[in-house]
Amino acid sequence: MSKYVIIGNSAAAIGCVEGIRQIDKKGDITLIASEPHHTYSRPLISYLLYGKTDEQRMKYRPNDFYKKNKVTKKLGETVVSIDKKNKTVTLKSGEVIGYEKLMVATGSNPFIPPMEGLDSVKNKFTFMTLDDAKALEKAISKNTRVLIVGAGLIGLKCVEGILDRVASVDVVDLANRVLPSILDETGSELVKKFLEKKGVRFYLNDSVEKFDKNKAILKSGKSVGYDVVVIAVGVRPNISLIKDIGGKCQRAIITNNKCETSIKDIYAAGDCTESIDCASGEYKVMALLPNAYMQGETAGINMAGGTKLYDNAILMNAIGFFGYHMITAGDYVGETYESLDGENYKKLFYKDNRLMGFIMIGDVMRAGIYTSLIKNKTDLNTIDFELIKEKPQLMAFSKKKRSEFLAK
Amino acid sequence: MKRIYVNEKWCLGCHLCEYYCAFANSGKDSMVKALKNVTINPRIRIEEHGGISFAVSCRHCEEPICTKSCITGALTVNDGVIQIDKDKCVGCYTCILTCPYGAIVPSDTGAIQKCELCINNSSGKPACVAGCPNKAIVFEEKE
Ligand SMILES: Cc1cc2nc3c(=O)[nH]c(=O)nc-3n(C[C@H](O)[C@H](O)[C@H](O)COP(=O)(O)OP(=O)(O)OC[C@H]3O[C@@H](n4cnc5c(N)ncnc54)[C@H](O)[C@@H]3O)c2cc1C
Ligand code: SF4
Ligand code: SF4
Repeated sequence: MSKYVIIGNSAAAIGCVEGIRQIDKKGDITLIASEPHHTYSRPLISYLLYGKTDEQRMKYRPNDFYKKNKVTKKLGETVVSIDKKNKTVTLKSGEVIGYEKLMVATGSNPFIPPMEGLDSVKNKFTFMTLDDAKALEKAISKNTRVLIVGAGLIGLKCVEGILDRVASVDVVDLANRVLPSILDETGSELVKKFLEKKGVRFYLNDSVEKFDKNKAILKSGKSVGYDVVVIAVGVRPNISLIKDIGGKCQRAIITNNKCETSIKDIYAAGDCTESIDCASGEYKVMALLPNAYMQGETAGINMAGGTKLYDNAILMNAIGFFGYHMITAGDYVGETYESLDGENYKKLFYKDNRLMGFIMIGDVMRAGIYTSLIKNKTDLNTIDFELIKEKPQLMAFSKKKRSEFLAK
Repeated sequence: MKRIYVNEKWCLGCHLCEYYCAFANSGKDSMVKALKNVTINPRIRIEEHGGISFAVSCRHCEEPICTKSCITGALTVNDGVIQIDKDKCVGCYTCILTCPYGAIVPSDTGAIQKCELCINNSSGKPACVAGCPNKAIVFEEKE
């Protein structure tokens, strides 16, 4: 029996520990995770291969984190079921642990669609975990030809991680452009051109029809040789623990603004959840690390008897490749303002006197000022929109607001 | 906690705070060595428009969204001061995406930099405040 049980050991789970400890310094916390490692930053697996970090520095929290927060950790153990009536979880080992409040922060798993001949590929990898990255690292050398299936965030981060360490990188995607979930056509084109200059070859609007040992036949008829294949076409939220006991799920586990699931005393946070996106007002899976942490923290505070709402989540992203940065946020609807200057691109989306979303590529300075306009649903009539269109700045706010920001 | 507050009424737009900030964080022992022929990259920045000017630097928020958002754990709160571990930071700019004041800027090394109230540099106390000729920037306890 543990007062708090947390399933997971990544951003959402760590946020939960820190949330609980803001309110309850003593209550037992038991944290269970399949991955055997000290908590690490998942996005850093590409930086690890790129040589920008190492296993020590990529730890998401210091070595003494569990001890300092009095967390009993069970790493390398998997929860197979929850008994909501008796309030227990059962581990693969057979061990049963009771809880008063339970956090499900199980994240997601790579999705591998059925593809003909995939079994014939000897060296194939996904790119989600530290172990994935280490296994991929072992399989590549200066002579390796790599085929990456998927030109989304994870696929392209993988490109950055390995490009300088292998002979060639080919990327195939069904979509007609790169990063379609966060960029518009102009933005996608800029990023694609930039990566092509670095030597990446793209096959867009195309897909693998068949893998044949060391060669992929594409739908277009083209054939691409490889030594290693990385599958990065998408992820599936890990929802079975909650779904199996009748908790409300769509694509992911439905949570409210306190991060509660539909089942009493069970909370959920991070990539395994779906909650209201404040820009569009719709339920969305907002699979990004800041969101995971803040949902986890909110849940933790509520689990420990405090009161906290997380009601201003939006989709947002900061990503970069070889020093070429992009920041995006919100919902791409409404009227637009665009500026394009060489490799610097900006597009703002606004509707009903609110900033709905933005894309910034290259020059991303002070993007957070735009982000907060979206989150706060700031009435654009109360600021100098012409000024802020040009660049994010506090000058565009009223004198009173500026004084609130800086003098109080 | 003592924080930096800015009163735009007194700001002359002279940019001296930017120079003092750059010098304090340069690790050099003379202002000439630190600043001569250098494009400075300070952690405090002046905004100017239509005769108004004011300095912006980190507010050391009570609920720092930059810290909660940081993907590596490189940003931490220590006695209320939001600090950056440049060794851990990978320059992903997620903090730039979330800071509502635009107070985080890229550094020359790829990591980000931000105001740390001069607690770890040669100045020891906010150099911008000491250098402002018109007391438009103050370091005070409020409430
Ligand atoms: C290559 C890559 C790059 C990324 N880059 C960025 C980026 O730049 N910015 C950004 O914001 N986001 C990025 N992301 C997304 C980010 O990593 C996730 O949003 C974040 O990790 C979500 O945290 P989480 O705690 O919800 O889940 P996860 O990080 O997925 O962790 C889930 C944990 O639960 C454990 N678990 C699952 N099921 C069980 C079970 N049944 N029993 C026990 N334990 C279980 C797993 O072992 C794991 O430890 C990236 C992701 C990848 C893969
Ligand atoms: S960097 Fe921005 S968000 Fe972070 S504490 Fe400073 S002002 Fe607040
Ligand atoms: S740029 Fe550095 S400090 Fe900012 S979020 Fe990324 S790792 Fe953290």
